[in-house]
Order: sequence, then structure tokens, then C-alpha cells
Amino acid sequence: MTIKSEPFVVNVGPQHPSTHGVFRLRLTLDGEKIIDADMIMGYLHRSMEKLAEERTYTQNIPFTDRTDYLAAMTGNLAYVIAVEKLMNIEVPERAQFLRTIMAELQRIASHSMAIGIFANDCGAWQTPVMHMFRDREKILDLFEMACGARLTLNYMRIGGVSRDIPDEWMPQAHKLLKELPKRFAEYEDLLLSNEIIIARSRGVGVLTPEQAIAYSVSGPMLRGSGVAWDIRKADPYAAYDKLDFEIAVGTNGDCYDRFVIRLAELRQSLYMLEQALDMMPSGPVHQRLGTSTVQPGTQPIAPLAFRPPVGEAYGRIESPRGELGYYIVSDGGPSPFRFHIRSPSFINLTPLKLMAIGSTVADAIVILGSVDIVVGEVDR
Amino acid sequence: MAIILSGEWYDLRDLANPIRELIDALGAPDAVDYVLWSLIAALAILIWLVVSVIAFIWIERRLVALMQNRKGPNRVGPAGLLQPIADAIKLLLKEAITTRDADRILFWLAPIIVFIPTIVVFAVVPFGESMVLADLNVGVLFLIAVAGIMTPAVFIAGWSSNNKYALLAAMRAIAMLISYELIQVLALLAAVLFIGSMNLQAFVSWQDEYNTWLIFILPLPVVAYVIAGAVEINRSPMDLSEAESELAAGYHTEYGGIKFGFFYQAEYMAGFAIAATVTTLFLGGWTLWGLEEWIPGWIIFLGKLYAVFFLYIWSRGTLPRLRIDQLMAFAWKFMLPLMLVNALVIAVEVVVWEETGASRNVALPAIGAVNATLAVILVIGWARVLGHGSGLQRGYRATLTREIGKIYYTGAEVS
Amino acid sequence: MTTYVTGIQLAHSIDGQFPDAVEDGQPEFAVVKSDNLIEVLTWLRDDPDHAYQFLSSLTGVDRIQWFEVVYHLESFKHNRAATIKVRSDDRENPSVPSAVPVWLGAQLQEREAYDLFGIRFEGNPDLRRIFLWDGFAGFPLRKDYLNLPGGKRPGLERFPGEPGDDLSGRGTK
Repeated sequence: MTIKSEPFVVNVGPQHPSTHGVFRLRLTLDGEKIIDADMIMGYLHRSMEKLAEERTYTQNIPFTDRTDYLAAMTGNLAYVIAVEKLMNIEVPERAQFLRTIMAELQRIASHSMAIGIFANDCGAWQTPVMHMFRDREKILDLFEMACGARLTLNYMRIGGVSRDIPDEWMPQAHKLLKELPKRFAEYEDLLLSNEIIIARSRGVGVLTPEQAIAYSVSGPMLRGSGVAWDIRKADPYAAYDKLDFEIAVGTNGDCYDRFVIRLAELRQSLYMLEQALDMMPSGPVHQRLGTSTVQPGTQPIAPLAFRPPVGEAYGRIESPRGELGYYIVSDGGPSPFRFHIRSPSFINLTPLKLMAIGSTVADAIVILGSVDIVVGEVDR
Repeated sequence: MAIILSGEWYDLRDLANPIRELIDALGAPDAVDYVLWSLIAALAILIWLVVSVIAFIWIERRLVALMQNRKGPNRVGPAGLLQPIADAIKLLLKEAITTRDADRILFWLAPIIVFIPTIVVFAVVPFGESMVLADLNVGVLFLIAVAGIMTPAVFIAGWSSNNKYALLAAMRAIAMLISYELIQVLALLAAVLFIGSMNLQAFVSWQDEYNTWLIFILPLPVVAYVIAGAVEINRSPMDLSEAESELAAGYHTEYGGIKFGFFYQAEYMAGFAIAATVTTLFLGGWTLWGLEEWIPGWIIFLGKLYAVFFLYIWSRGTLPRLRIDQLMAFAWKFMLPLMLVNALVIAVEVVVWEETGASRNVALPAIGAVNATLAVILVIGWARVLGHGSGLQRGYRATLTREIGKIYYTGAEVS
Repeated sequence: MTTYVTGIQLAHSIDGQFPDAVEDGQPEFAVVKSDNLIEVLTWLRDDPDHAYQFLSSLTGVDRIQWFEVVYHLESFKHNRAATIKVRSDDRENPSVPSAVPVWLGAQLQEREAYDLFGIRFEGNPDLRRIFLWDGFAGFPLRKDYLNLPGGKRPGLERFPGEPGDDLSGRGTK
């Protein structure tokens, strides 16, 4: 007698605790084994690329906060770098350092979340997330001191940053830097050798370096597959060329590697922050734009509207999730002719099907957690 | 009140003493007395259970909050003490939704079925010297049999919901519960072999008489029973049939309102049942090395029970979840052989003790030492044999480099 | 420091290998003919002097007269970046060959460009809408998507609040 059986289709999402927002994964199962996976996205599609064509370059900065809302600073930074490339603006030294410091603080905050959520996806019921929130909270406090916002920061401006940090900021930052190594040691103790996390993540979702490069993945995922590639080193922007740091790479390309890379990058960010805070020069934090391009009657410092020359630029940075690029086409008008976001969350999802097929439902959740997507950035 | 504290009980039915005269005055036949007193005793257990559950909902949330660097419920009443009551009222007032495609009868039946065994278990548990509702001489068998009802109940809940998450969870639950029931039975078998009785009071009096706890003599079965218990009550790291991060809420995804409340309560009650079993069988029950002369036995018993239950709260706050195949492999490849060897060794020990007739002061420490050593050797040795601690089971740190463009992938450890 | 290869340089080296394949070479990018696209991209990926193994970004642009698809390439080996474009003149049904055979990472990005611009990528194994639902009318990132009254196109023509002349010839570069 043959038993009639048919594949079992399960929708993981769009409302599901582990899809980090409104991402939907349609899994076809044979028992618990995945035989097909389909990604369905667009639940958070806000058409930012179209909206940006209706706004001036400065007005578009808040959009960049809202793509990757867990790393708004790096979103800002990538965009202003793209526009500065387009307009050939030299940014003052102090602003460069401020940008670097903010981006690294943001990386610590974002990686903390990613590590906590990853452990949560492995089934650790909220505890790692809550512990990680403790540090993230303090970093958000620093952001609040610097720019008045905590999540959607809108701090960077074309030609510099929106304002200088207040006097109390530096002591506070130094205090935080003294605290963090202890915390990181604690997380490494708790998580790195946790038997269950190792059992759940080692050998799961393996990407070889050839696959990783072919699938255009970037950031911790690319480095997890053993490719030593970091835009901060390869194509230094802001003040990264003046800082010393190491790239963390994995050797097996599995979920555990992506996770240990994020843990190692916390330490590297801290090391960079220590250097950057010591090296911080004084001086202006904005570059005056040429008055001819600026809207008449407005400030030439961080103006509301200006006209970049005709042309195009692709500015990219290493965001916590990978290569974040902004492709801006200008036709000489006050708003971009084309505004494209190369979002790492979105492109890192390309090999998800490859990684998920053959594993189990529980693995698929861990793999998704190790990719570390932000749905705001996937859908834009 | 005096009798509750004194511990001078015939059995739990003594709770009916205050109204006994009233009933006698009415001239009711003895059968009515008998039923009524039993009902009162059962009601007492039920009230204790419900109060404990309500208290522990608050305690667990506060404890886990403490582990997670947050405050926990602290708004309703002093220090949030009334939070569980507010939750209960909310659950009672909510609309009891039955989804359209659900099997209506089974959907309603499941929360009730899941509720029953968790209460019935306490009929044989001795709360004090004679505080037991039914002093069965096959108490251990009864425990196992009644706990087995949980398995179909969980499956009924998952299947009747007609929800894919629930069905997956239900299938996981069946596989898990059946595997771990075996471990549970083998763990209890070892204890029963050693004591030579299935009566729970006999266990307590044995431990009282020999002035030791069974946990010191049989460490491996205790650990196995606690782990298997965690599976049975769906506690992290074995909460696969709820698996919040994978399957939404597992088998009770579609349940809301008071039906969900039943599952929620049953989970705690089952936890208390496991803790009560561990306390009675392995931790000396209501005795505490003579202290039961001064403190009522039931206070000692409850203290131990809550301490064991705290283990489950602790593991929930700290451990990630295993995958289903890992959990099953743990049961069949690791625990089952260990428990079989353990049962054999204990049988031999019992026979040797009887044959040699050694005094208890020699025999018990010797057996305890042998069993503890054996447990360590078996666990470490068998883990080595299964290949634990090599290759894919080792943690490491990321490699650090300053060179860009180089590839460090070895993939040696990924099969 | 990444070397950004100018389009003129790139156009020259492609021209040396595939005569007639290059349409244009600007400082920022090189434009390749649609017919030769796949062989040029494959050559750029495999040739050890170029070795652009990594497709950094793929996107479309509506230039009003034509559609173009922009490929930002990256070579880890030489730490170089280059930009290649391909044009499609058909306004109604623009189509270019798919880059998926060259870089698997183009899969989702081509779906995105198809969804928002309606550019058909011939040979993409899974060309469906990605953010918008099936049956969504039109392709929203096209400049004529809403057909604004008076022939107006989306986008600011002058500064907010500024009176001024019509910036004719927008977007025709």
C-alpha cells in the first residue's frame, strides 16, 4: 500500500514573530524539510525612490533614516556621500570624524540588535535581546544628545553634519567606551560557546565564497563566507583611512560565522571609536556650498535646496548589514532625477532559497536571523 | 486552622472536619459523607493549584524580568501583584473564538482534556505525613499513566485548529512526548527498583528512614527526569511544540480567551506536577531531616516543589531552543542507552546489597558514590562516543585580518 | 583605495576585445550595445585583467527617450570599480538581456527593475513583480507614470517657492 502524501505549504509571515517585520517566506515542506522557498516582499514598500524624485536633495535625507531604521546614521552617511561625490564637495575634517564616530556607534547598536535577535531566533526567549538593549539604549542616548532624535536621526547634511556635538557629549562617550568592553566580554562568554547556539547554527545555511560573490551578498554575510572585503578598508570614506582596525572573517560560511563576525566587529568598532575620539580635530562641521547652486535667500551652510551639476554618482559605504549604496542621477534640477538605493538587506536575501532548501523550518528561521534583514530596507 | 498547621492528619479529607458534625446532624448516610469529604479535599488541592499558578505567573514574570534586565509587571496593584488577576479577567471576558475551519467539538475538548491530568496527578502526591487524597500503592504507575493523557490532548488541540503551524507543532509534540515519556519511565523505573515500592508515601518514608534523599543515590535518573519533564511541560529549551520564534504559538496558535487560559494554566499545573513528583520521589517529599517535627510537612513540601519549579523558570530565561532532530537524537541516542545501563546497574546494586546484607551506613554511601561516578563516566564517555565536542560542536572566534580581497574560507568543518 | 575606472578607459578595453560592442564612453560610465551585453559582461567577469566578479548594484533609469540599465561592478582582486550601462530605446516594451547567467546576484535586482520600470530582462528565470502585486497597472518609476496634466513630468523643476523659467531639456542628458 502506498500512502498518499503531498507537500505542505507554510507561510512564515507576514505576521510572524521571526520575520523581523512584514516579510513573508512561503515554505514548501516535506515533513519538516524544506523543498522549496519563495520570498514575498513589498508589504512595507513605500516607493521611496519615486517620492525622492519630488523632493530636494536635503529633503531626501529623512528618507534615508527610514530605509534601515536600525542604522539610520549609516543610511544618512551613504546618501550624503553619494551627493557629495556628485557635487565634488570636500567635507571638513571634524565633520568627517563626527560621521565616523556616529557610524561606528550605530554599528555597535545595530550589531547588538542583530546578535540579540539571532539568539532569539535560535529560541533564547528574549534574554539576549534585552541584554543587548542595555548598550543600545546608551548609544541612543548619545545620539539624542547629538541630534535630538533616537531612531530616525537625520543628523548628516550634505557638506557635513547638522550640528556640532554638545560639550557634555565627549565625557559621556568616554564613559560608555569604558563600560562596553566589560559587556562585550560578557556576551562572548555567554554566547560564543553556548552549546545550543552552536548546535543550531554551525553547518546551517552554508554559503561558499564563490556562491557568496556570485550572489552579490555583502557585509557580515560575505565576510562570513571567508571573503575579506570591507568597504571601510577597501575604499575608505569619512575618516576610516586614519583609523586602524581589522576585518573579521569566518572560515566556514555558516550562520555561526556570521554571528561571530558581528561579535568581533563590536570590538573592532570600539577600537576605532577609541582612536577617533582621541584624534578628533576642532573646526567647522559644515562645508559652505557654492552660492551659485544654492536656492536664493537660504543659508549656504546646509541649505534646503541647491542644484548639483548634471551627472551621476554612486556612493557606497559599509553599513552594518553590508554594502549600502546610493545611486543618484542629477539632471541639474533641485531634485534627483533618479534616486536608487542599493540596499544590502534586499540583495543579501537573494541566496536565501539556496540556503534554505534541504534544511528544516527551524533552520530557515535561524538563517533568516543570520542574514539580519531590516524590512524597511528590503522593501524601501 | 489548628489542624492544618499541626500536621495531625488522617488524610486530606480531614479538611472536611469542620462540617462533619453538620453533616452528621442532618443524618445523611455514610456514602454521602464519604463523597462529600473527598470532594472537599479535591477542592482544596484545586484551590491551592489555582492560587499557586496565579502567584507563579507573577513570580515567573518578575524573575525572568530580573534575568533580562527589565522590571516586569509593576503597574497593577502593589509591585504588579494583581497583574495575573487582571490577565485572568481579561482572558475570561474575551470572546471565545472558534475558527471557521476548526473541528468544533475537538477544538473545545482539547483545553479541557489537557487540564484534567494536570490536576488528577495531585491525587496521589503526599503533601504531608497523611495529607494525601488517594494513597495508591501503584502511585508511580498512576503518575505516568495520567501524565500520558497530555500527549493526545496536545495533538487534538493542534489538529483540530486546522492551522498549519498548530499541526506542525502537534506532530512535533507527539514525537517528543512519546520519546521522552520513555526516558521518564526509565528514570522512575530506576527509583522504583531501588525503593521496591510504587507507593509515593513509601518513597518518602524510605528517604526519611534512611535519612538521605534519593537524588544523592540516583543522580542520573533525577537529571533525566527533570529534562524529560521539561519536554512534557513544554519548557525552554524543549518548548518545540510552542516554539514562539518558529511556529507563532505552536499547538495553541488558534486558541484565544479562556481556552488559551486553560492551556496556559495547564502548563503551569503540569510543571507543578513534575516538580511535585521530583520532590516526592527524589528530594524527600515533606521530610527535611527531622525538621518536619517543627514545621508542617506541607510547607516543606511546597518549598521544595517551588524550588524545583524555579529550575524551569531559570532555564526558560537563559537557554535557546534545540531543533527537533537534535532533541530526538538526544532522547534516543543519548538518554535511552544511558538510562537502560543505569537501570541495569541499579538492579545489580539492589541484589548485591541484599545478598551481602551490608549495613546502611556502608551500603548507601557506596552505592551513591558508584552511581555518581558512573553517571559522570557514562555521560562524558557516551558523549565522546557520539562525537560530541569535535568539529561542528566547537565554538570559535572570528579570524581577524588587515588584508582585503583574500579568501579565508576552509569549509573543512562543514560536511 | 578603490580605483574607479573611467568609462572612457573601460570603453577602450572593451572595444579592443569586442569591436562594435561599445556604444558610448563617458567619464562615469561606458555604454554597451544590448546585443553584445552578455558576452561583454562575461568577459569582464572572467578576464584576469578585469575580474569584476562582484555585481555591486543593478538598476534601471528612465531617461525619457530611452531606458537604461546600470551595472556597478566591482573587482575584489584589483580593488577596482566600474560602471557599465545598456540602453533600450523601446518605450513601451523595453527589454535587455538578463545578467543572471553572469551574476546570480542579479536575480532580485532585475525583478525589482522589472517591477518598477517594466524593463524585461530576457532570460531571467523568475521575472515576476516583486514589491507590487500582480496586476498593478503601469510601472511607477517611469517618468510618464501618472501622465500629469499639461505634459508635466514628476520631479521639481525649480527650487521650492522660486519663480523662474522652465528648465527645458530636463533628463535628456
